[in-house]
Amino acid sequence: MSFFTRRLAAACLAVMAAVAPAAAQELELTITAPAGAGGGWDAAARSLQEVMMKTGAAKSVQVVNVPGAGGTVGLAQFAQSAKGAPDQLLVGGITMVGAILTNKAPVNLGDVTPIARLTGDPLVVVVPKDSPHQTLADLTAAIKADVANTIWAGGSAGGADHILAALITQAAGADPSKVNYVAYSGGGEALAAMLGGQVTAGISGYGEWQGQIESGDLRALAISYPEPIEGIAAQPLKAQGVDVELVNWRGVFAGPDISDADKQALGAAIEQTVKSPEWQELLKARGWTDYYAPADEFKAFVESENERVHATLKSIGLAE
Amino acid sequence: MDAFIQLLNGFSIAIAPMNLAFAAIGVLLGTAVGVLPGIGPALTVALLLPATFKLDPGGSLIMFAGIYYGGMYGGSTTAILLNTPGEAASVVTALEGNQMARKGRGGPALATAAIGSFVAALIATIGLAFLAPILVKLAVKFGPWDYFGLMLIAFVTVSATFGSSPLRGLTSLGIGLWLGLIGIDQLTGQTRLAFGVPNLFDGIEVTTLAVGLFAIGEALHVASRHMYAPEKPIPIKGSIWMTRADWARSWKPWLRGAAFGFPIGALPAGGAEIPTFLSYTTERKLAKHPEEFGHGAIEGVAGPEAANNASAAGSLVPLLTLGLPTSATAAVMLAGFQQYNIQPGPLLFVQHADLVWGLIASLFIANVMLLVLNLPMVGLWVQLLKIPLPWLYAGILVFATMGTIAANPSVVELLLLSGFGLLGFLMRRYDYPVAPVIVGLILGPMADSQLRRALQMSLGDPMVLLQHPGSAAMIAIAVIALVAPFVFKGLARFRQDED
Repeated sequence: MSFFTRRLAAACLAVMAAVAPAAAQELELTITAPAGAGGGWDAAARSLQEVMMKTGAAKSVQVVNVPGAGGTVGLAQFAQSAKGAPDQLLVGGITMVGAILTNKAPVNLGDVTPIARLTGDPLVVVVPKDSPHQTLADLTAAIKADVANTIWAGGSAGGADHILAALITQAAGADPSKVNYVAYSGGGEALAAMLGGQVTAGISGYGEWQGQIESGDLRALAISYPEPIEGIAAQPLKAQGVDVELVNWRGVFAGPDISDADKQALGAAIEQTVKSPEWQELLKARGWTDYYAPADEFKAFVESENERVHATLKSIGLAE
Repeated sequence: MDAFIQLLNGFSIAIAPMNLAFAAIGVLLGTAVGVLPGIGPALTVALLLPATFKLDPGGSLIMFAGIYYGGMYGGSTTAILLNTPGEAASVVTALEGNQMARKGRGGPALATAAIGSFVAALIATIGLAFLAPILVKLAVKFGPWDYFGLMLIAFVTVSATFGSSPLRGLTSLGIGLWLGLIGIDQLTGQTRLAFGVPNLFDGIEVTTLAVGLFAIGEALHVASRHMYAPEKPIPIKGSIWMTRADWARSWKPWLRGAAFGFPIGALPAGGAEIPTFLSYTTERKLAKHPEEFGHGAIEGVAGPEAANNASAAGSLVPLLTLGLPTSATAAVMLAGFQQYNIQPGPLLFVQHADLVWGLIASLFIANVMLLVLNLPMVGLWVQLLKIPLPWLYAGILVFATMGTIAANPSVVELLLLSGFGLLGFLMRRYDYPVAPVIVGLILGPMADSQLRRALQMSLGDPMVLLQHPGSAAMIAIAVIALVAPFVFKGLARFRQDED
């Protein structure tokens, strides 16, 4: 057995040595990613870890994964353990807003302290390349004509993709409670259904389907961002007469009841990180869009998103 | 031929001495972490990914491949020696592998797993290099109706294969299906049977169930008998190497396992579990000594291990051609690509041909390295079994608990682990097979969502399952497999009456 433990210890040491460069500041952070390894929140937490340590915004950063239920398990645990803590952050986003409502979670984002909004990615509405729908207008006409036969594919039920499908259906003049949305575990699995021509239209993060859009396997009809984005040919829904916008945002939160000084220190460390060239480089590598907003702006934003998501989920029948 | 030249080019990069050293370090690290019970390759890779950040893309990918294979092999090692599978795909390996280890034949079991994995990965890598573009076109045509048909076949074969009678197999499967219902329904986002416990919202973790049923159940079983008939440490009998007979019995299962693993792994929702189950069932049907199954048949280790590794290579098909990670490990690999600003997808083979072929070559080199480093250590690993049983099982309990906590730190998870341990003990005591429970938990929710997706797309018309030739054929096979044994039994009785 000692052979075991010796090798394990060696492995741990090797990992630690690899991830601990010297840093100037004293901040020793723990970032909770309320999702398993490999997902978007985990990636965001580990990206923050990488850049904060590279730029010296923090002395050490540890990432903890608490997966479960669209992030609500991690949120509940965080709200308890990080109460008043000056060195704890939680990653969250719009999917968590939806999950709190559909799961009737006891803890919501009003219970934690918003620190900063980090990224905001556009969602994209696509059809398979052989689809008869050439434009967004064709698609909305089809929705209006027969909402049940317009089959959508996208990520998890109640998530950002589902909400956008409902908003577009509503804007097209059809009943959002009738939207025929087939939920997949993520954009990847939904992609296979799109390429196989089993569904009418699909919604996912632009980055996830970028390759297929560029190769011509999927036809992008619109993006959900309010303004056009450089390098993306598809135009915003708003510019095409469908008055809907939705941004898949991610941000960081601190625990409940932290002091103003701690809140400012955390905000400053994040600001230093996101303004660094390293962060901009990383955003480009990951295909993320900068959507930084400081604490006060972010707080108001979270509240308005909560109201909007709640209203939409109610119209689909997923929340009360 | 173009692919072949590029593959050779990839090899020329991977074989540089520095890169070989990275492969060796990766394999060692991966094995060391992967042997912890309950820690599968995905978690191993995620834990060790930061260690590769500092290297150049070539070196990093190679170390990554080494960690991946090391993690897979480490998982099989504990499944065989300690009966504690670290992931769903090595559950089947534990069935026969542990029985072999208990008979003192842990050495050959580890060897056939390692060599079988190597052979399967070799075949699958060649398949990946030459068939990927064709396979992916076929795979996306696989609709939800087809997946449902495939899962029906898996249900029927599994419940008929495991256990002393189909009824016991079906009972265990039923428990698994019930456990599979717990958690958030994927299609509506509503929770089922979770009773407001947030930790249950994502359903029961497969590794928690597997470790509970196998490792904890086993430890309780040993403890319960220790008072009456203390078991002696398992002696190692015969050679720790594979005999000529072992080779003769292993090579066909390796090839068949690869034939199951690669195509199913290449499906966007195929995974590694179904091919291992199908391979086990097939080997049992084809074996010259089917009575050895359940008591340490080497075919039952060789086939599923080959299928597992071939499906891992198969899952690179959707990952590299569609950017579609079909397993947790593939998702972590995707992250590995992204750190170099590379988005896998249809353009990857065109835009980053050198890196893709470099990765394929690295997987190959890592596999060779695994064989070179680990085969000599088989003798060392099996020494584990010389530890006196109370110590060994105490150690298993500690490591199994640690692995579970590392994957999911919560009290509920520990309670579940203990509960499943008790369930495993009782099932063993009353002779119910435990493997179908795990099959039910894995495939139940998948069959559930695929069936409902099919119905959603057909606006509620069940005929959709019979209108597609693929699903119609698979459902027919499943029905025949379910009914045939009873019909034959009836016919036999009928003939007896005639005589």
